Amino acid sequence: MNPTVDDILQTAQELRWKVGNNFHEQLMETIYTEAAQIADRSVTYPGKKPRFDLDRTIDGIVTSRLWGFPLMILLFTVVFWITISGANVPSDWIARLLIGIIYPMLKTGAATIGLPWWLSGLLIDGMYLATAWVVSVMLPPMAIFFPLFTLLEDFGYLPRVAFNLDNWFKKSGAHGKQALTMMMGFGCNAAGMVATRIIDSPRERLIAMITNNFALCNGRWPTQILIATLFIGAMVPAQLAGLISALAVVGVALLGVMLSFGVSWSLSKSVLKGEISTFSLELPPYRPPRIWQTITTSMIDRTFFVLWRAVVFAMPAGAIIWLGANIHVGNLSLVEYLINFLNPLGWLIGLNGIILVAYIVAIPANEIVIPTILMLTVLTSNLSGVGDGAGIMFQTDQVETMALFKTGGWTLLTGLNLMLFSLMHNPCSTTIYTMYRESGSLKWTLVATLLPLCMGFVVTFVVAQLWRLF
Amino acid sequence: MTTNSKSIPPNLLCESCPAHHAANLLKLGVNMENWDYAIALAGNPNTGKSTVFNALTGLRQHTGNWPGKTVSRAEGGFSYANHRYKIVDLPGTYSLLATSLDEEVARDFLLFGRPDVTIVVVDASRLERNLNLALQVLEITDRAVVCLNLIDEAKRHNIQVDERRLARDLGVPVVPTSARYGRGLAELLQAVDEVATGQTVCKPHRFQTESPMLKQTIGQLVTKLKATFPTLPNARWVALRLLDGDERIAEAVRKGELEELYESNR
Repeated sequence: MNPTVDDILQTAQELRWKVGNNFHEQLMETIYTEAAQIADRSVTYPGKKPRFDLDRTIDGIVTSRLWGFPLMILLFTVVFWITISGANVPSDWIARLLIGIIYPMLKTGAATIGLPWWLSGLLIDGMYLATAWVVSVMLPPMAIFFPLFTLLEDFGYLPRVAFNLDNWFKKSGAHGKQALTMMMGFGCNAAGMVATRIIDSPRERLIAMITNNFALCNGRWPTQILIATLFIGAMVPAQLAGLISALAVVGVALLGVMLSFGVSWSLSKSVLKGEISTFSLELPPYRPPRIWQTITTSMIDRTFFVLWRAVVFAMPAGAIIWLGANIHVGNLSLVEYLINFLNPLGWLIGLNGIILVAYIVAIPANEIVIPTILMLTVLTSNLSGVGDGAGIMFQTDQVETMALFKTGGWTLLTGLNLMLFSLMHNPCSTTIYTMYRESGSLKWTLVATLLPLCMGFVVTFVVAQLWRLF
Repeated sequence: MTTNSKSIPPNLLCESCPAHHAANLLKLGVNMENWDYAIALAGNPNTGKSTVFNALTGLRQHTGNWPGKTVSRAEGGFSYANHRYKIVDLPGTYSLLATSLDEEVARDFLLFGRPDVTIVVVDASRLERNLNLALQVLEITDRAVVCLNLIDEAKRHNIQVDERRLARDLGVPVVPTSARYGRGLAELLQAVDEVATGQTVCKPHRFQTESPMLKQTIGQLVTKLKATFPTLPNARWVALRLLDGDERIAEAVRKGELEELYESNR
C-alpha cells in the first residue's frame, strides 16, 4: 500500500517540527560550506592580491560621497554636449535632402502626372512631410546619443549611478532597485515597467511603476535636446551655446530624478505606507566596452527601433493632421477649432493650443511631438491658400525651425515650459498598457497616467504666472 | 520529437561532420520547430547568460553590464551536430529558493520544464559565490554542463581556475569560455551535445555535509515520495522544499500535480 498524498504532507509537517525552524538556515549553510570547499580546491590566486586593483580604485572615485554626484553630472553633460554639437550638421544635411530637394521634386512629379490636389496634399504634404521631419529632427541626435549611452552601460557605469542614488531612494521610502528600473526608464518607460519585476514587494513595485515616467525616455530626449539648443543655447554666446544647452538637458533630467524621489516619498508616506525592503546590489566589474559592437547593436536596437516607431506613428498622424487642417466647417478648419478651443488653456500654462493638440496626437508615441508641432504651425499659418500647400518651400535647418517657432508666437517661456511639460505629462499608450498588464490594477494605472499630467499642468501654470509677473 | 537527418541538404552535411567543430553550429534565431533537445541557461545575474544565448542562437537579446537584465525567459533555437536544440535563457538568480518572481520563473522551468541539459553559467572570477546556485541546480537535475564564463576577466585579475579539478568535484563537464569574444563555445557545444545524447553520464555533486539528523529526515521523506510518485526524477529536491515549507510545492503534491506539471511544462 503506497502512502497517500495526505500522508506525505502530514509526515513532512511532523518532520518540519522535528528539524526545527532553522532548516532553511541549515540548508543555506550546507550550500555555502560546500561551495566554499569546492571553490577553494580549484581556484588559486597566484602570489598575493595584486597591489593595485583598477576596478576598486575607479569605484572609490565614482561612488565616493564627495565626487560621486559631480562626476555623474559631468559625465552626462559631456554626453549631451557631444550629442548637441555633433547633431547640428548632419541634421541640416538630411533636412536639405528630404525637404529641400526631394519634397519639391515630389510636388512637381505629382503635378506632372495630374494627381488631384487633395491626394497629393494628403500623401506629400501630410504623410511624407511628417515622416521627413521625424527623420531629420530625430535621427542625428539619436545616432550619437544612444551609442554613447550604451557604451556607458556596457562599461558598467550605470550600476554605480544606481549605487549613488540608492541612499536617496531609501530615504524616500522606496526600494533601492528602483534606481535600476529608473535607468531602464531612461531608455524606454515601457521597458522600465517590465523591469520593476525585480522588486519583490508589491508596494515598492507600485511606487517604482508610478514614478518611472519621470525618467526621460527615448522619445523625449530629442524634444529636450532640440528645444534646449534653440531656446536656451540661443541666449548665450555661440561658443558656450552647446555646453549651456547640454547643461539645460541635464538639469531637466535631474529634475526628473528629484521628482521621482519626491513622488516616491509622498506616496510612501501616504497611500503606500510600509516597510522598506533591504537588498544587495552587486557592483559588476568594469569591462572594456566592445566599441564597434556596441555602436552597431545600439544603432539597430535603439536608434532604428525608435526611429521606426516614430515613422510608423508619424505617417498616419501626418495624414490626420493634413485632413484636419484641410477639412473646413464654416470659415475654419477642424484643427483650428481644436487649437482655438485649447488656446486659452495653453496660454494659462505658458504653452499654446498647437502644442496641446500635438500632445494629444502624440499619445501613442512621444517621438512625434516636435514634427506635429512644426506641421500644425505650417498648415495653420498657411491656411489662406486653401491648403494646396504648394507655397511651402523651406528647409528645417535650425535657423528656419526657429523662424517657424517665432511665427507661431513662441518665446523663451514657451520653450522652457515645453521642456517641463515634456518631462511631466502622461506616459505613452504603450507604457500605460504595459503598466496595466504588469500591475493588473486599473486604479494604479490611472494614477500613474494622470498624476504626472496634473503635476505638469500645475508646474507650467506656476512658471507661466511667475514669468509674466516679473 | 522528431529527428530530421534525412532533410539535411548536402551542403550542410559537411557542417555536421564532427571533425569540424566550430562551423558545426547553425544559428536558427527564433526558429525552434522540431527540436530534439531542450536546454536551459541558468546562472547568477550578470555572468553572461544572455551573451551565451545570443552567441548560440544568433538572436540579439539585449545584454547589459548589470544584474537583473533578464526578468522573463527568452527562447531561441540552434542546430549542432545534426541535432536541433531549443534553448531557454532564464532570469539570473542567486538561488532557487524562490522568493521573488524571477527566481520562481527560473526554478519552475528547471523543476517542471525538465530541460534535457542545463547549462549553468558561472563567473570564473567569482566562483565561490556562483557555486551556491550551481550546487542547487545540480540538486535538481542530473544532466548539466558548467560554463566557466568570463575566464578572460579572471585571468586579468590573476585568478586561475583548475577546471578539471572543478569538473571532478561537481561531477559534470566544466568548459571555460569567454562568450563575449566567442571563445570556448565550440567546446561548450560539444560537451552539451555529449550530455544530451547520453555519451557523457553525469554524477552530479549532492550535498554531503548536512547533519546526520537532517540526512535521516530527508531520507524518510524521499522514501515516501518515491513510493507514491515512482516517476519523480528529483524526489530529494521535492523533499528539501517540503521541509523548507515551500507552499507551492506542497500544493503541487496535494493535488497530485507533480508529474502532470512536468508534462505540461515541456
